Amino acid sequence: MTETRHQGGWFIVASFLLAYVLTIVPLPPWLTYARPDWVALVLVYWCFALPERVGVGVGWLCGLLQDVLQSSLLGQHALAYALLAFLTLKLHQQVRVFPLWQQALSVMLLLLAVRLLVLWSNSFVGRPLPVTSYWLGALTGAVLWPAVFFLMRELRHRFGVR
Amino acid sequence: MFLDHRRQLAQPVRDALSLLAYPVQAAVDLPFGLGAQLKEQFSSRRQLLEQIAQLQAQQLLYEARLQRLDALERENIALRELLQSSYQVTESVLAASLMRVDLDPAAHLVQINKGSRTGVYVGQPVLDARGVMGQVDQVGPLSAVVRLITDPSHAIPVQVNRSGVRAIAQGTGDTSRLELVHVPNNADIEPGDLLVTSGFGGRFPPGYPVGRVTSVVIEPGQPFARISVEPAAALDRSRQVLLVRPSNQAIETTAAEAETEPTAGRP
Repeated sequence: MTETRHQGGWFIVASFLLAYVLTIVPLPPWLTYARPDWVALVLVYWCFALPERVGVGVGWLCGLLQDVLQSSLLGQHALAYALLAFLTLKLHQQVRVFPLWQQALSVMLLLLAVRLLVLWSNSFVGRPLPVTSYWLGALTGAVLWPAVFFLMRELRHRFGVR
Repeated sequence: MFLDHRRQLAQPVRDALSLLAYPVQAAVDLPFGLGAQLKEQFSSRRQLLEQIAQLQAQQLLYEARLQRLDALERENIALRELLQSSYQVTESVLAASLMRVDLDPAAHLVQINKGSRTGVYVGQPVLDARGVMGQVDQVGPLSAVVRLITDPSHAIPVQVNRSGVRAIAQGTGDTSRLELVHVPNNADIEPGDLLVTSGFGGRFPPGYPVGRVTSVVIEPGQPFARISVEPAAALDRSRQVLLVRPSNQAIETTAAEAETEPTAGRP
């Protein structure tokens, strides 16, 4: 845990910031529900790549910021992302050796779990059920996962994030 | 999470984090603002002149109408004074513009670029050029979140302009439709009727247009009619909004008058 082992923390922060920007950047109405959960994707990537640095605590903080940013119920994304980080840390040893399409599939399951938790907390406070296309975001997230994975890995090696 | 829902203890946390979130939102909004500015810079002189002429003509028209309105307002106040009832006429407004950011897709929320620094408060009515848009839901120092009238958890007291029937218009989650709830089958409401705010909730000042009735479906066997309303405000299109601050001037003056009058019961 010395200075020499951990490097490039700024890149982790920057990647999360970019994910937040992508989360709230306006899209045409027919695309809003297809917007993948960028912060969750980035979080899953870092949990795969650096499980000793990014974990449940970071996930919880990210979720809290996301709630404020989207002015959704404070804490619902925090709960969902903390659980996402936990599941990813549990699974990362197995999923790491999967071929890419199987990785994407498991990422889709994780994203579906996030949506389910958010939906659960929403219904808990009496918000109405969303339309069916609410689940579409998990699918687009899985489709985009290979791209995110390769891009992030390339950048991570270039900036020497350890 | 449940604390936030109950609205008490989590507010400081949200305020502190919203300071952190604001730069991100401002960064997303920035390119759109710059794009509009560039467009203005490069629009030709002739276009601008045309626009100015058009706006001047429009202003003339509105001023003429306003003169009549002034006279009517004075007459109205005089009549109300005869009836000895107070009436709020003056309201100050604050213009704000929407920030181009997408929020929670499950709720109908928009963000505006004015916050508590400029006096925005929770529950403040928000209008656009055509009608009521919604009310302020959360306030940060530099920005605020507005809940639109079409949000499923929002309801607004309205009145039919033609017949005076009162009702509650509830959001449906569809930006082009509101619904009047618990209206009896024999109420005097027809398609095409204009609905205005009734001012009974104490939130919205009376008399602002909310929408037009599009359909009235009466099903035999159901106790209430199903009435759909199309919102008057361009909820998904307007960029500039007005924040209304009802001033209590009229009430204060009547209260002062009441105090100067000698009352019999007072020793």
